[in-house]
Amino acid sequence: MTLSLRLRAAIVSIVLFAAFLGAWHLATRSSGTTAAMSPEYARLMGLTATQGKSAMPGPLDVGAKLWEHLKRPFYDNGPNDKGLGIQLAYSIGRVGLGYLIAVVVAIPLGFMIGMSPLISRALDPFIQLLKPISPLAWMPLALYTIKDSSISAIFVIFICSVWPMLLNTAFGVASVRKEWINVARTLEVGTIRRAFTVILPAAAPTILTGMRISIGIAWLVIVAAEMLVGGTGIGYFVWNEWNNLSITNVIIAILLIGLVGMLLDQVLARFTRMVTFPE
Amino acid sequence: MGRSMSTSDDPFDADRALVRSGCACGRHRSTAEHVRAERTLRCEPVADLSEQKRYEGIVASAVMRAVFPQDVARRVLLKSVGAATALAALSQFFPLKTATEAFADAGPPEKKDLKVGFIPITCATPIIMAAPLGFYARQGLNVEVVKTAGWAVIRDKTINKEYDAAHMLAPMPIAISLGLGANAIPFTVPAIENINGQGITLAIKHKDKRDPKDWKGMKFAIPFDYSMHNYLLRYYLAEHGLDPDTDVQLRSVPPPEMVANLRADNIDGFLAPDNICQRAIYDGVGFLHILSKEIWDGHPCCSFAASREFITTAPNSFAALTRAIVDATGFAAKAENRKQIAEAIAPANYINAPVTVLEQVLTGTYADGLGGVKTDPKRVDFDPFPWQSFAVWMLTQMKRWGQIKGDVDYHAVAEQVYLATDTKKVMVEMGLAPPTSSYKSFSVMGKTFDPAKPDDYLASFKIRKSS
Repeated sequence: MTLSLRLRAAIVSIVLFAAFLGAWHLATRSSGTTAAMSPEYARLMGLTATQGKSAMPGPLDVGAKLWEHLKRPFYDNGPNDKGLGIQLAYSIGRVGLGYLIAVVVAIPLGFMIGMSPLISRALDPFIQLLKPISPLAWMPLALYTIKDSSISAIFVIFICSVWPMLLNTAFGVASVRKEWINVARTLEVGTIRRAFTVILPAAAPTILTGMRISIGIAWLVIVAAEMLVGGTGIGYFVWNEWNNLSITNVIIAILLIGLVGMLLDQVLARFTRMVTFPE
Repeated sequence: MGRSMSTSDDPFDADRALVRSGCACGRHRSTAEHVRAERTLRCEPVADLSEQKRYEGIVASAVMRAVFPQDVARRVLLKSVGAATALAALSQFFPLKTATEAFADAGPPEKKDLKVGFIPITCATPIIMAAPLGFYARQGLNVEVVKTAGWAVIRDKTINKEYDAAHMLAPMPIAISLGLGANAIPFTVPAIENINGQGITLAIKHKDKRDPKDWKGMKFAIPFDYSMHNYLLRYYLAEHGLDPDTDVQLRSVPPPEMVANLRADNIDGFLAPDNICQRAIYDGVGFLHILSKEIWDGHPCCSFAASREFITTAPNSFAALTRAIVDATGFAAKAENRKQIAEAIAPANYINAPVTVLEQVLTGTYADGLGGVKTDPKRVDFDPFPWQSFAVWMLTQMKRWGQIKGDVDYHAVAEQVYLATDTKKVMVEMGLAPPTSSYKSFSVMGKTFDPAKPDDYLASFKIRKSS
């Protein structure tokens, strides 16, 4: 009797995870060795110095802290200290806005580029030059010219997530099969109608793949941008806890960033499957 | 300071003349005594005087003076009927209460909801604590104190008017006004945040290298180029014969990264603001080599800064902010309040650090990182007065290390940026006794600085950036 592949994969995943936790736990155990110190001095020092506690938190510390955060995700202790749920909501809101603007700009522009070889050639050098620029390189320029940190963060998400969508849309539109377009022409379908009923469905899988790449990039960018401008968001949370050298909270934030990134990606993946068609 | 109302004239004290005799600030019996006290004078608010009382004293003093222009007549009245009766009689036909309130308000703030940026270090104590302890609210302001990621960001956000005012390193407003590292925008300093409160921390492995002469080739971190930390570390190294530009490496590193870098062995030490020094000790990665007060006792570190534009568009809001900061600074200057402050500013909404660390910094009883417990109640101190001589000193160091090229009008810049005159006015209105002069001399590592002769001072240094 052989187990299904899916079940076997799940077992291997769990074993790997348990092994990772075990290794992590062993690696961060207290060394227990410390220099002798007077109790008066020890009272003023941290656990790393007094009990030889590892500077890196173990899985148990992280688990306990995570439980604490999950119990009250929406607390609000003033402008600089809010629950993880609120911070994530801010980040997702920013990403959503920047990403939507990018969609609104990239898809029509991509259509234009895809349908006109002239514009495609003319814009190509600019796109190639702007595409590889890191989000953090845009930040000072945005802050300086826009003069508003939250709009700057949204701008940076926009500028970084627009390129994959633009290129994929252009590519998808340009590579729609000539036969289909010719059929539409013979049936005297107008340009606008042709774009919506023939080209869009044909290019949709490619466009959505571009959108899926973009949402991943937008989520990468937001953490970096928020660490820089601060205020709210999961990136600010990482920075604030790093400031307190609380690695436990930083690890929790890393976990959550990964989780949310995965969810966003899955949503777009589902959309992609919906528009994919067999040829 | 035992006498109540001794900061302002007590108009109901029969033994005292109103201002005309006595000294300028009204705190001393004679001008000579005032001048003597002046040298060591710290402008702290008087302990046993609530703000309301202080304003009442000033208003009553003004009313008394108006009703009895002649001192003799006033004294006779007070001697015969007693102060309480005189006060009661006076309030019969003059509503002292209303006058006092009107005086304390001094015009309603144009803008009540303000944003003030800060960097999470103990230097920002007055700015931060003024929120949880209600110093802003008492001035009728609704201030949101916003934590900010770094000095460049706080500069840009203040220039962009996202913040109305901000916590800045003391040299930053000068640098911004001069257009160093940014576009030239007139900035001002109505109050110094803290004096002392920094330290040189070294990695534990250097515990036997206590002589700076052995530090050749080491790597040090400073928080920002335009910082007292930069100038003090350079000064300290140069006094020990090291050229900070060629013999060691100085790196601008954000404070939280300093401890991580020290642990990772990327740097050998840093001259950093507190709680960072104490945090490195707390985590067992460094020890305190010296406190910055051992380089210059009473040196300024951080400032409360606002653009000149904010002052012109919202003068009353600005005055109210200045009053709140001056009051908070006075509160923080008292040793008995320090524990309460440490608890108020430790949560994640403010500094976000262990309370023990902040307590060690603020109370001055601290672990030195080498197994000893030391006590120095002046490890960090708070004194709001923006001495213009501080600014002149910073300018000499900016020139010394090549940040300013060419000539600079030291005193004009100092007077433009460090608002000693305006702060004096505010302090007098609050019933405090500010120093009469705006320049004072001080000594850095035993070398006296004369603010009247900055160029001679600059020329006296052998080690400096050749330009």
